[in-house]
Amino acid sequence: MSHLAKDMTPSVTWKDITPGCNIFEGGTSVTVETGDWRTMKPVIDWDKCKQCLLCAPVCPDMSIPVGADGKRGDFDYFFCKGCGICANACPFGAITMVKDEK
Amino acid sequence: MAYNLKENVMKEDRLAGGHRMCAGCGSPIAVRTVLRALNPEDHAVVCSATSCLEVSTFMYPYTAWKDSFIHNAFENAGATISGVETAYKAMKKRGKLDETWKFIAFGGDGGTYDIGFQSLSGAMERGHDMVYVCYDNEAYMNTGIQRSSSTPHFADTTTTPAGSVVPGKLQQKKNLTKIMVAHGVPYVAQTTFIGNFKDITEKAHKAIYTPGAAFLNVMAPCPRGWRYPSEKLMEVTKAAVETCVWPLYEVIEGKYILSYKPKEKKPVEEYLKMQGRFAHMFKPGNEWMIEQVQKEVDRNWEELLKLCEL
Repeated sequence: MSHLAKDMTPSVTWKDITPGCNIFEGGTSVTVETGDWRTMKPVIDWDKCKQCLLCAPVCPDMSIPVGADGKRGDFDYFFCKGCGICANACPFGAITMVKDEK
Repeated sequence: MAYNLKENVMKEDRLAGGHRMCAGCGSPIAVRTVLRALNPEDHAVVCSATSCLEVSTFMYPYTAWKDSFIHNAFENAGATISGVETAYKAMKKRGKLDETWKFIAFGGDGGTYDIGFQSLSGAMERGHDMVYVCYDNEAYMNTGIQRSSSTPHFADTTTTPAGSVVPGKLQQKKNLTKIMVAHGVPYVAQTTFIGNFKDITEKAHKAIYTPGAAFLNVMAPCPRGWRYPSEKLMEVTKAAVETCVWPLYEVIEGKYILSYKPKEKKPVEEYLKMQGRFAHMFKPGNEWMIEQVQKEVDRNWEELLKLCEL
């Protein structure tokens, strides 16, 4: 019997799920794409961005990665739900919310 | 160590993406900020009361927690984390563990102010080496915005619907931070998201690394329940602080310290008008509600200033 989250597919019956619904790894939610909830999408204008990083801690979805060089990267659209908090927190107007068309 | 935003956000997040909290929710921001305040080499056991946070970060088999996470029931996050902490102490005494583990419980206001109150009070009184973090969104948001004892006066919720019969919630908000101070624990603080997150990060670090029980009350706005556009989160928390509706302070060993005093205390309207749950207060004939709230805020603020000896 597997104890890994990736093996817990809908075809697994109750007899084979982990006892007490325990999960023996951390952070398994990273396979869940919450980006498809989005209607508006943040877009960054790198010319306006001053790397002040005020947008990084306000993201509820950990979608603003800050690299080892202390600079923010592009949005992680796999998780970003398009709430727009970052666009409002940006003091330089470098982030704009646009309609997310697929 | 002086706070540095760059160093702080360069730390790896201990909450993973892919959790199912609403877009623009305040609680994952509170959680990731508190967890970033841990020293990266330290392990943590996180416990959560039943809440939006618990049901959306811990949907079998997908967990958003990178640390050990334990959920028991709505009413006993305090008791659960005290048990884990006691087991750790016993194992450490017998030499079975070398690493440093920290114990953090998260609860919404329903699981903290109301349902989990006895268990939290017990844990604080016993003085376990733990932190209880309440992310206060001022109603039972998970089940559909029912009033809690944390809901502010006159707020419109599904169980206190503002209309011709009742003017929203009839009672004032309970001051849980002060109740926690009355437990005589070494560290209690009240905070929210402001500017570069210095206030919340420093308080979380102190709460985690103060030996003994600590309590952190974090205002975490809920765009759905408070009815404001999700992108306005930082404006809402700023207004709460500037109007002194949610003052920032900490209490170290019983000594009150004000963390931030607005240069000019703004009228409560600035905070109330941003949110749909207070919209009825701005209708003609309802001015008395705003006056009443202003009076209550002024009273609490004066009391706090006195306690801080300012």
